[in-house]
Amino acid sequence: MGALQSLSDEPEYRELAEKTGFSFEQIGILHKRFKQLSHNEDMLRRADLNTIPDLACNPIRTQIIEAFFDKRNFHQNGDGTVEEISFEEFLVVMSHFRPPALNMTEEQREKVRREKLRFLFNMHDTDNDGTITLEEYRHVVEELLSRSGALGKETAKGIADAAMLEVASISMGHMEPDEFYEGITFEHFLKILKDIEIETKMNIRFLNMDTTTLCNRDSSSIR
Amino acid sequence: MSTMGGLSQMKLAVNFLTIGLVILSLPCGSYTEIPPKPPGSVTVLPPVKPAGGPQAFPDAENSNLPVFTMDYARIQVPFEVTLWVLLASFAKIGFHVYHKITFWVPESCLLISIGLIVGAIMHSVHEEPPAVLSYNVFFLFMLPPIVLESGYFMPTRPFFENVGTVLWFAVVGTLWNSIGIGMSLYAVCQIEAFEVQDINLQENMLFAAIISAVDPVAVLSVFEDVSVNEQLYIVVFGECLFNDAVTVVLYNMFIFVADMPVVEPVDVFLGVARFFVVGLGGMGFGVIFGFVASFTTRFTSNVREIEPLFIFMYSYLAYLVAELFSISSIMAIVTCALTMKYYVEENVSQRSCTTIRHVVKMLGTISETLIFFFLGVVTITTEHEWNWGYIMFTLLLALVWRGLGVLVLTQIINPFRTIPFNFKDQFILGYGGLRGAISFALVFTLPDSIGRKKLFLTTTICMIMFTVFIQGISIRPLIEFINVRRTNRNLETINVEIHSRLIEHTIAGVEDLCGQWSHYYWKDKFLKFNNRILRKILIRDNRAESSIVALYKKLELQNAMEILDTVSGDINAGSSIVSLHEEKKGSGKPKRKFVAADLMNMHDILSKNMYKIRQRTTAYTTKHSLPNDSRTKEILIRRHTSIRRSLRPGSFNGPNEAKSQKYFSLPPGKSLDSKFPPQRLRHTGNDDDETMSEMDYTSARSRFNQPSRSSSRAMLPLRRLNTLKEVPSSSVVDLVDEMSGGRGAWGRGMSRLNSSSSDSRIPAPRRHHDPSNGPDNGSSGDHGSGDNGPEGEQQPLSPTPAWAAEPGDRDDSGTQKPLLRPQWKTRKP
Repeated sequence: MGALQSLSDEPEYRELAEKTGFSFEQIGILHKRFKQLSHNEDMLRRADLNTIPDLACNPIRTQIIEAFFDKRNFHQNGDGTVEEISFEEFLVVMSHFRPPALNMTEEQREKVRREKLRFLFNMHDTDNDGTITLEEYRHVVEELLSRSGALGKETAKGIADAAMLEVASISMGHMEPDEFYEGITFEHFLKILKDIEIETKMNIRFLNMDTTTLCNRDSSSIR
Repeated sequence: MSTMGGLSQMKLAVNFLTIGLVILSLPCGSYTEIPPKPPGSVTVLPPVKPAGGPQAFPDAENSNLPVFTMDYARIQVPFEVTLWVLLASFAKIGFHVYHKITFWVPESCLLISIGLIVGAIMHSVHEEPPAVLSYNVFFLFMLPPIVLESGYFMPTRPFFENVGTVLWFAVVGTLWNSIGIGMSLYAVCQIEAFEVQDINLQENMLFAAIISAVDPVAVLSVFEDVSVNEQLYIVVFGECLFNDAVTVVLYNMFIFVADMPVVEPVDVFLGVARFFVVGLGGMGFGVIFGFVASFTTRFTSNVREIEPLFIFMYSYLAYLVAELFSISSIMAIVTCALTMKYYVEENVSQRSCTTIRHVVKMLGTISETLIFFFLGVVTITTEHEWNWGYIMFTLLLALVWRGLGVLVLTQIINPFRTIPFNFKDQFILGYGGLRGAISFALVFTLPDSIGRKKLFLTTTICMIMFTVFIQGISIRPLIEFINVRRTNRNLETINVEIHSRLIEHTIAGVEDLCGQWSHYYWKDKFLKFNNRILRKILIRDNRAESSIVALYKKLELQNAMEILDTVSGDINAGSSIVSLHEEKKGSGKPKRKFVAADLMNMHDILSKNMYKIRQRTTAYTTKHSLPNDSRTKEILIRRHTSIRRSLRPGSFNGPNEAKSQKYFSLPPGKSLDSKFPPQRLRHTGNDDDETMSEMDYTSARSRFNQPSRSSSRAMLPLRRLNTLKEVPSSSVVDLVDEMSGGRGAWGRGMSRLNSSSSDSRIPAPRRHHDPSNGPDNGSSGDHGSGDNGPEGEQQPLSPTPAWAAEPGDRDDSGTQKPLLRPQWKTRKP
């Protein structure tokens, strides 16, 4: 990865660009940010991400950070988590948030959809068993609501339960009283979120010009 | 109950209508030829002219008291306005009798057509239409409701997500259109063959400003029907709203400029400066009034009946004050509505909220209907000046400039959008530029000093007719033909809500992480600011509420309502009691009768208490105040009904349960250990977790809708017995005795719901009923065991006191209510 140190290293960038679909400028900017986060190291650790001040207020901070260290999001086979990631992996995870191309065929759209939903699904499914169990779901909802102040954990629990029942009723239809719904599989996950236009929602407009310094000044002045 | 609510709402709405009409008609008196006989004497204003007295007795020579008199002049204006509104409303009803008409033909077309017919009739009998539509009437009374409606119903979230594009199209697009059309029309005017050389540049610009106000109500309703994608929808919606503001600013500016003999370059510069002052000033006033309105509603919890009034008065005030300083009043009222909506809807009660929405919608619709209707009438009854060249070129140029504008402006804005507009979107955006009510009203109220006013009027009417009829009718097939990207916009499941929030947070997080910011960044910052400061100031009960929770509540409420609607008929059906008994016998345990009778007694009392509350609520509605907290009780009663329903024989596993109670499809107490469904069903449940969450939830909801503490208590299942705890124990016993003495079928019917509910749904055995425990029921504190099997049936062995003691230990499990213990002991047989 040492080759990435210099921004002018075109072949390295080209490979990354092919793999992730980012433009060279975007890769350059992200690389700058990566080095800023990792304090000019080649590898990025959890601790580096935990110190980002803007992220501190995010209720699902841990999930987001975990997603960057989750092998399932690296477009490789294998699961589990890693301790540190290289720039390439950082970029691959980021590429989940790339906006879709202007003109896509239905298959491409479906592919993008699945990828993005997979990312979300992985955020839920912390134990890599392919299903979101009630416990996992509850945990996420609790985190989501944890910034809402007065809402107790019980409310979050109730909502997660209701949501789970909703999934069960949508995906399983009518269930016998003694049936038991183990958890949301990815297929069910696709089904319940089929109405949500994730390909238009889960996007970040990656900038082609460098605003890192501007942003940092801004965030430091707020704090 | 719901019909009652509807009725009172309607009453209120009608009141508002009357007031609106009176307000509407007041100035008509002064602007028309009719001698101003104050119509205000109806409700609002005191009779101003006592001198009007003699008119009531027209034949002065007859000294006797006239038996029958008629004074049409006195009531003419409000009378005619009322009739016009009524006629237009009837027309609206008429269209919807056969709904396929409105499916294919936009409502505005139909209204214009009806107007044409009425105009034809009036023309044939040589009747002049009432001259109500003057400049002042339009700007002070007809325009505010229209823009308030659009502003208030603006979907906030998508709007702010697309605010840049919306403003870009609204401001720059309108400027582009006005200037482009104006300039090229001026060029067209130089062609001698058209004989319109006398129209100078200023007048052309004025006309172009009028003509570039798009008003795509028809398009929007088509968009809603086919659920076109959100970005396109919101851009069209926002464009029509803000471009009204821009148009009116331009209109006023050009009216001023049109009078000027010479326009100097400095005037152009001043015009540009004025444009910004007017726009931003309007926005500022709107925000100020919006915050004041929100702040006011913080304190209206005791005057619910006038609560909605504040919304209208403040937004109208914002409008008028903006008019006073001749800055953009539309901008003011729109921003006012946008600002206050969020806070106000949290402060006011649910009823007021509904009322506000209905009245806003109603006033807006009336205004618009009237204008379209009028357009039809005026088309027939006024003199026209027909000029082929000018009219045709206007049509052509409007289309061309609109198309060009959309193409060019999207090219500029697309790189800044996350989801760029594709060509189909652009086409629909350009094609959807219908002209409508605003254009017509503006041109109709042009001052007479404009030389070619008639030509302008004719051209505008042609333009509106062309766009509304041809484009309006053809846009639906077009959208379907070119297959514009669509979004399902009515997603109402908790999962979707949770995940949209999850996505938003994730995106905000990743944006932070990669050090880039876009609107999610700003949204995040604003939300923080909002939660930290604004909400504290503006909202009475300030607790940030996630939209997930809001949706959850809404769904729960809907569910409850559904359940009530399906079973409301048979609250006191006697047969169900029988079936209950049979059901109990069927399960074949002794002591069942005991249990049933016992529970019946206690629920008799419960239902009686509840019923009293209900009666009191009903009594309120007859007076001047609105029932403030009936909704919570409604819910309570609905819950009871739902419990009862779930207990009907056969409904345990029956398909109808799964159908109507979609959250109950999982059995309680299974390994999913979801505490949610049981918590909804057995509100006498004694599992601590459930009670806690139930309390949380109910109190949260009551905070949300009904901040009065008493109502929330009424809704808390655990506290239902409060009234009993307050009375001395002896009287409780008396009451209990009296109750157990057997009541009418009604009492039983009501009681059944609760008795049955607890006997099947309350899971854990009530240990304190166990003789072995003796009078000391302290051990009941540990009943939090999660098994909610059928053994719940084995509960109360002892009669009423058992129940009287329960609420105590259910309230806070383990700790005893000292008040209740002696009761228990005395009644122990």
